[in-house]
Amino acid sequence: MIRQYYPILIESLQVILVLLGGPLLVGWVRMLKCWTQGRRSAGLLQPMRDVTKLFVKETVLAENASWIFRSTPYIVFGATLMAGAIIPVVSADLPLAATADIIALVAIFALARFFTALAGLDTGTAFGGMGTSREMMVSSLAEPAVLMSVFTVSLVSHSTSLSHMVHELTTVSFVLRPSLAFALLAFILIAIAETGRIPVDNPSTHLELTMIHEAMLLEYSGRHLALIEWASMMKLFLFASLGIALFLPWGIAGIDDPGMLPVALVALAVKLALTGVFIVLVETGLSKMRIFRVAEFLGMAFLLASLGMLSYFILE
Amino acid sequence: MSLSLAAQINSVLAALILLTSFALLVQRRVQGLLHIFAWQGLLLSISTAVVGYSAGLHHLYISALLTLTLKVFALPYILYVLIHKLKIHKEVEEVVNIPTTMIIGIALVIFSYDLTSPIRELSTLVTRSTLAVALSTVMLGLLMMITRKKALTQIVGFLSLENGLFFAATSATYGMPLVVELGVALDILIAAFIFGIFFFQIRTTFDSLDLKEMEKLKEDE
Repeated sequence: MIRQYYPILIESLQVILVLLGGPLLVGWVRMLKCWTQGRRSAGLLQPMRDVTKLFVKETVLAENASWIFRSTPYIVFGATLMAGAIIPVVSADLPLAATADIIALVAIFALARFFTALAGLDTGTAFGGMGTSREMMVSSLAEPAVLMSVFTVSLVSHSTSLSHMVHELTTVSFVLRPSLAFALLAFILIAIAETGRIPVDNPSTHLELTMIHEAMLLEYSGRHLALIEWASMMKLFLFASLGIALFLPWGIAGIDDPGMLPVALVALAVKLALTGVFIVLVETGLSKMRIFRVAEFLGMAFLLASLGMLSYFILE
Repeated sequence: MSLSLAAQINSVLAALILLTSFALLVQRRVQGLLHIFAWQGLLLSISTAVVGYSAGLHHLYISALLTLTLKVFALPYILYVLIHKLKIHKEVEEVVNIPTTMIIGIALVIFSYDLTSPIRELSTLVTRSTLAVALSTVMLGLLMMITRKKALTQIVGFLSLENGLFFAATSATYGMPLVVELGVALDILIAAFIFGIFFFQIRTTFDSLDLKEMEKLKEDE
């Protein structure tokens, strides 16, 4: 009986984890950030409270907003949740993981971004257009680098399916691989750019001129804003857990191994907490860079990712 | 330490040496350039010692020590004193912009890999796969000499090229004979002193270290 429902159970567990984990991770990052700046933090649950508050607020739509503007929050939220159902967060035994490999995953994230960009342009405000053009610049540079970086891991694990990759990486004996080290460095740089953290973008900025991601969302309010905010919190969680799945997969429960799940949950919590510490250290140590330096930053990520791929062929 | 572990460590070091070569290409500040150069020397020295240990060749320890003293401490120090005396603190000026240089660099790495692949088939050493990295380091040093305007950065490019040659020697043949290595080390040291004298000469003649000035055959009137 339980065997029959196991795939559904694990998939729902995963989705719930992604839904709740996103706001929690963001709350943890904000908490740490407050501590490093000597402020009192609003607590771990504040992002969740923000989202629920936004859900009950009135939604104001611009007069000339089209269906794109209205449907974008749902598309973004749905695409992010779909991505969350594919990435092996606690268990490699995900039934939905077979439906999409890592290339499709990148495409799902791209779909969400595409609609966000369209919605930014849709209302015709100056800041929306500016944010869109910046976001497109960042993403067009980040996408080749993210693909190069994950392809390096695919080369090592001989697969592009995420659960196979995790399975392969956790079961083979540990080998020092320079290619994976390079790919990890590249991935960190890209993840910072993709999730809009300092030094590429500042998620807590209130200055429209320096915004990238937030500038596209200025026109949103109420439940639309809640969905988009929630999706971007989940995106941070997903990029963190994608990085963990690709580069530090030890602790993720293997295929047909439900007994490992409690261990996997604890391992995930520890790894994500450490990721939060890392994010805060980076954000406290660096300042946001000029927008034209972002091209160089992502060029560096691309360079590292290609070096990773080359060193797989040259050295391994 | 088993042979395969030594080979793994060596390939990680090779990858890091390749990374420092690219870092030299990307770095904008002269002082940062010297730091990266020193790091490259340190990695080279560790790699030589690892190869010496795994192959049981004890003369490689001496060359590792030589590399350590010369390329990690002596040469960066000499160059550091030079930039202080010449008061160079400006950013590095490049002929080709940095992203383009990086792309050319990647192409050079692929080229070196292709070029060394027949040699790898012939070799039986554990370190044979690092030969491509060594050749790329040479190429990237050359690229740096071509794409920079100032004399000092060209010298750093030259020294990193020499690092590549040294790395090629250890990875392809377990190092040159000790006499040759001592000779090369001495040459590099003397070269650094001569560079210093040249820098002062160039500066007093042209008021700048930009080598473009040397292309003019006549004085401006």
